[in-house]
Amino acid sequence: MSALRKTCLIVDDSRAIRAVARQLLEELGFDAREAANGLEAIASCREQMPDMILLDRNMPQLDGIGCVRAIRALPGGKEPKVIFCTTESSLMAIAEAIAAGADEYIMKPFDREILELKLSMVGI
Amino acid sequence: MTAGEVALICDMLRRRSGLTLPPEKAYLLESRLRPVVRKYGLADLSALSALVARRNPQVVADVVDAMTTNETLFFRDMKPFSMFRDLVLPALLGGRAAQRSFRILCAGASSGQEPYSLAMILAEEAARLQGWRCEIVAIDISTTALERARAGVYSQFEVQRGLPTRLLLKYFRPVGDNWQIAEELRAMVRFRDFNLLNDLAPFGRCDVIFCRNMLIYFDPATKARTLQNIARRLPADGFVFLGASETTMGLTDALVPIRTSSGVYRPQAATGPAVAAVAPSPAAPSGSSAASAA
Repeated sequence: MSALRKTCLIVDDSRAIRAVARQLLEELGFDAREAANGLEAIASCREQMPDMILLDRNMPQLDGIGCVRAIRALPGGKEPKVIFCTTESSLMAIAEAIAAGADEYIMKPFDREILELKLSMVGI
Repeated sequence: MTAGEVALICDMLRRRSGLTLPPEKAYLLESRLRPVVRKYGLADLSALSALVARRNPQVVADVVDAMTTNETLFFRDMKPFSMFRDLVLPALLGGRAAQRSFRILCAGASSGQEPYSLAMILAEEAARLQGWRCEIVAIDISTTALERARAGVYSQFEVQRGLPTRLLLKYFRPVGDNWQIAEELRAMVRFRDFNLLNDLAPFGRCDVIFCRNMLIYFDPATKARTLQNIARRLPADGFVFLGASETTMGLTDALVPIRTSSGVYRPQAATGPAVAAVAPSPAAPSGSSAASAA
């Protein structure tokens, strides 16, 4: 049964935010993995490409923009739906994320309904 | 508040907005009307009920406004909008090729997310609609909601509820902490303070009518009257969109679903989704300014 569950990777340098996102996504039926920065996220994707990546923008070592570009360049890296989830809400920041390869963009703070709607928008 | 005062307000709400408040929901009066009581510096709900009894127009408008649900979001439920784009719009483009015009009526438009969602779909199809006259008329009885709708300014939360980011980037601009929909989209929608319970004749023929999640608040008689009112405005090849939990069954024979659970209805005589050629669209209602998607 668990093989049928969608998988997601939560990428955020805040442990608290990862915990909240994990709880929400597990309630929505995802098997969740976590990464604390862009480099960890790429390593995780090399091991197993998830169905969806919830990606913070500002992180140490490698930020969200660099991370999504790198993941999109990996074998199978165009498959996962990438949803940015960040406090950055400027038009420029949103446009940059979409241009870098994100499918959707969530501006923090957000609620469960917004997350569900965004998942539905990307077809997950 | 006495039982008589509750009855008085409930009766006014039913007559003015169609809203039927069952006895078990009467507690909502307490919570939702509290801000109105404060606004007018009144002692309590009994004092408010006295002003309603005297038919103070501003107080009555504020009570209706407070009690009616203005909950909405962009592309709410998604499916109706994809059906509009993929099924209804091609049918209109075929059926209205001679006159190159059509009119959409959005009932219960609230703060504008539904008509603006339709405007975005039309704007995305601008190449195919070049030279077409596409009117979107949006009605509501809440003047507060209409004021917001006309301004087209939405919070960060609101633009994230249902609106794809690609469309946010394309059709909105930041205004402080909020987002405003582009002027050219605002110009495509004409907002009118109009009660759905009244005869819709001033809007002439409406090729597509969106009346979603309105009937659920009405009693059966009001539902039936509203559906008949809507059906009278439709050409034989028009379309009606109702909410997911709404139906015409047992209320009217004038409208039939194009298929089960689709939420899309057509006049009884219409067959199949293709639109036959019909008479030219009538002129826009007096005092209106037509907007074009092209």
